[in-house]
Amino acid sequence: MSRALVQAPKTARPGEVVEVRAVIAHPMETGFRLDTMGKFVQRDLSRRFTCHEAGQLVFEAELHAAVSANPFFAFQVRINAATTLSLRWVGDKGFDRTETVHIALA
Amino acid sequence: MSGLTRRHLVASLSMAALPAAHAAPEDLAEALRLFANGQPWREGRIKLDIAQLVDNGNLVPVSVAVESPMTEADHVRELALFNERNPQHEVVRFKLTPRSGEARVATRIRLATTQQVVACARMSDGSCWLHRVEVVVTLAACID
Repeated sequence: MSRALVQAPKTARPGEVVEVRAVIAHPMETGFRLDTMGKFVQRDLSRRFTCHEAGQLVFEAELHAAVSANPFFAFQVRINAATTLSLRWVGDKGFDRTETVHIALA
Repeated sequence: MSGLTRRHLVASLSMAALPAAHAAPEDLAEALRLFANGQPWREGRIKLDIAQLVDNGNLVPVSVAVESPMTEADHVRELALFNERNPQHEVVRFKLTPRSGEARVATRIRLATTQQVVACARMSDGSCWLHRVEVVVTLAACID
C-alpha cells in the first residue's frame, strides 16, 4: 500500500476557496527507460487523479509520463457547506487508492 | 567482474543510440492544434509559473493560473501542459469545474532537456488561451 498525504484546512467559511494539496508515493515509471541489460523497464504510471464531492466531480487530472515520481497536485475547492472530499488515484498494474478529507464550516 | 563492466558499457551505449528519446518540435504544434480544435489561440488570461533555469529535470515545480470568475456561466473547463522535446508532448491535463472556485493548479513535472513548456486553457465559452515559457534544463530527466 503506497503512502498518500492529503492536506486541507480543517475548517472554512461558507463560500471560501481553499487549497487542497495531495501527494502519493508512486514511481511513475515512464516505460522509456532502459535497465542495465538494455531492456525497457515496464511502464507503471498513475493515470488519473480525481476529486469528488458527494459523487460530483470537482477536479480531475490525467497524468502522462512527464509527471514526476510521487505525483503532487495542489488545486482549489470552493466550500459552501461542511463537506467530505474523496480523492482517488487510478493507474497501471491495477493501482487504485482512495483518500478522504473532511472540511467543516468555521 | 570485467564481464559485468562490459555489460554496463554495452547497455549505456545502446541507451545513447535510443531513437525515440525526443519528439520533434513540429509535433508540439500538432498537439496544440488538436487541443484548440479550430479556435484561435489567445494570450493574456493564462499564466504559467515555472523556473526559467531548472537544476533538476526530474522534479520541476510548475503552477498555472487563469483569470476566471469560475462561475457556472464562465469558467475554465480544461487546463493542459505541453512540452516541446520530451518523448511525449502531453504532460498533464486538468478538468476544472465551477466548484473549483479559482483556476489555480500546481504540480511537479519532468523535463528531458532545455525546451519550451506551454500551458493551455479552454474556457466554458470555447475560447483557448496559452502561455509559452522557454526553460533551460541543466540535469535532464529520463536518462538514469
